[in-house]
Amino acid sequence: MNVTNLASIASALVAAAALVTAAPPHAFADVESILQSQCASCHALQAPANNIAKNERLSRMAPPLHFAGNKYNRDWLVSWLSNPSPIHPAGYYPQRHIINTGDGDTLDTDVRFAHPTLSTEEADAVATALMLLKSKSALIEADTYQSGTVAMRMGVMDFRRFKGCDACHQDSTTSGGLSGPLLYNAAQRLQAAYLSSFILNPVAWDPNTVMPVLEMNEPAVHKLVHYLLMLEE
Amino acid sequence: MRNQLKNVVRVTGIGALAFLANLGPAFGAEADGALLYDMYCVQCHGTQGNGKGINASHINVQPRSHIDKGEMSARSDAELFKVIAEGGPAINKSVLMPAWRHNLNESEIEALVAHLRKLCCEN
Ligand code: HEC
Ligand code: HEC
Ligand code: HEC
Repeated sequence: MNVTNLASIASALVAAAALVTAAPPHAFADVESILQSQCASCHALQAPANNIAKNERLSRMAPPLHFAGNKYNRDWLVSWLSNPSPIHPAGYYPQRHIINTGDGDTLDTDVRFAHPTLSTEEADAVATALMLLKSKSALIEADTYQSGTVAMRMGVMDFRRFKGCDACHQDSTTSGGLSGPLLYNAAQRLQAAYLSSFILNPVAWDPNTVMPVLEMNEPAVHKLVHYLLMLEE
Repeated sequence: MRNQLKNVVRVTGIGALAFLANLGPAFGAEADGALLYDMYCVQCHGTQGNGKGINASHINVQPRSHIDKGEMSARSDAELFKVIAEGGPAINKSVLMPAWRHNLNESEIEALVAHLRKLCCEN
């Protein structure tokens, strides 16, 4: 065996060793750089100051992700990030896409949904990183929701007639308003405690939310959460 | 014109606001009210305030037209403040008009009342 061969074997070994030892930190660095370079331009990854100005909402491009770990079901995140589809039927800030016809508003149908798509491996790694973002944990800890059921007919009446949620949200693919995120897949997408806490007080989650506080007591909120969690997509 | 408007909407990204802002040169004290109206109210009451927002066809009760001079003149500023702050039931109207006092502070609600007066009665 000559020196050149030895050297090349040695360098191959060093390279292999470097790959092996570098793998976990390397993957982590990738996730960080994906989040910073491909996501942070649109999504807030850190909680904003408490006294944030109202007009911040006008220029905000996308839902905040700094409480992602308190909001999403991980499985849903992985599958959505690798195959994204609309959640806000009229876009995140619908007013950007409204056409005033002179006799009422319609949506600009030329606007197409577009979102970065990740490979399954990237989606899995990014989901893991997002699940670590847990601002607002105190709200989850204060929440009292316990799973339960409600008669389906009552749930529908409550959501659509009595509480007026369907003015802004869809609870089926064929029913409900357009300005809020669709909720017929809430069971797959969102954690139960988040649903309960957000419906009780959306302003506590986001001072510039455009969802009103519906001024309900906790049992009334919990019935709505039972209903949403019972919906099949 | 429609295409032009569409382009304005695209380019500014805050079309409804730009549209409202274009209506009047005075964009001082009222600016706040116009911005808040765009952010919270347009979804139901419409970019023109005529009650025909993108959600309107999904609401059992038609959102009030804020450009109806007759109806709007019949309300005092205090009543308008009350219904925005506390919601429809505060003036015997539908619960489908939500209470906004948790999202908006008093001066913001006052700015909205001023903006409603402008919408209904200054055209
Ligand atoms: C160009 C802006 C933009 C970029 C860049 C972007 N997003 Fe988004 N994202 C959006 C918008 C807009 C929505 C809302 C889509 C909807 O609701 O229909 C969204 C929605 C989401 C949602 C679901 C939000 C919810 O409330 O359910 C997640 C999760 C998400 N993005 C993660 C990411 C990640 C991770 C990246 C980086 C790989 C990323 N986004 C990059 C604009 C962006
Ligand atoms: C005036 C329109 C409006 C009404 C009425 C309304 N919502 Fe919302 N809701 C929204 C918007 C818009 C959001 C998204 C948060 C944001 O963009 O500020 C939201 C968010 C939510 C979320 C969290 C989903 C997410 O992706 O973060 C839940 C859960 C929810 N609403 C449930 C309800 C229920 C239940 C009712 C009835 C009691 C209701 N909403 C009434 C507009 C509304
Ligand atoms: C979820 C849809 C919705 C949103 C969002 C909404 N409204 Fe309304 N509003 C209604 C409906 C529906 C009525 C009619 C109630 C009735 O006639 O019983 C109404 C009625 C009113 C009235 C009229 C009361 C009267 O009869 O004189 C005022 C004033 C008003 N809204 C102001 C506002 C303002 C200001 C905002 C934004 C901060 C707003 N609304 C947001 C649905 C909405």
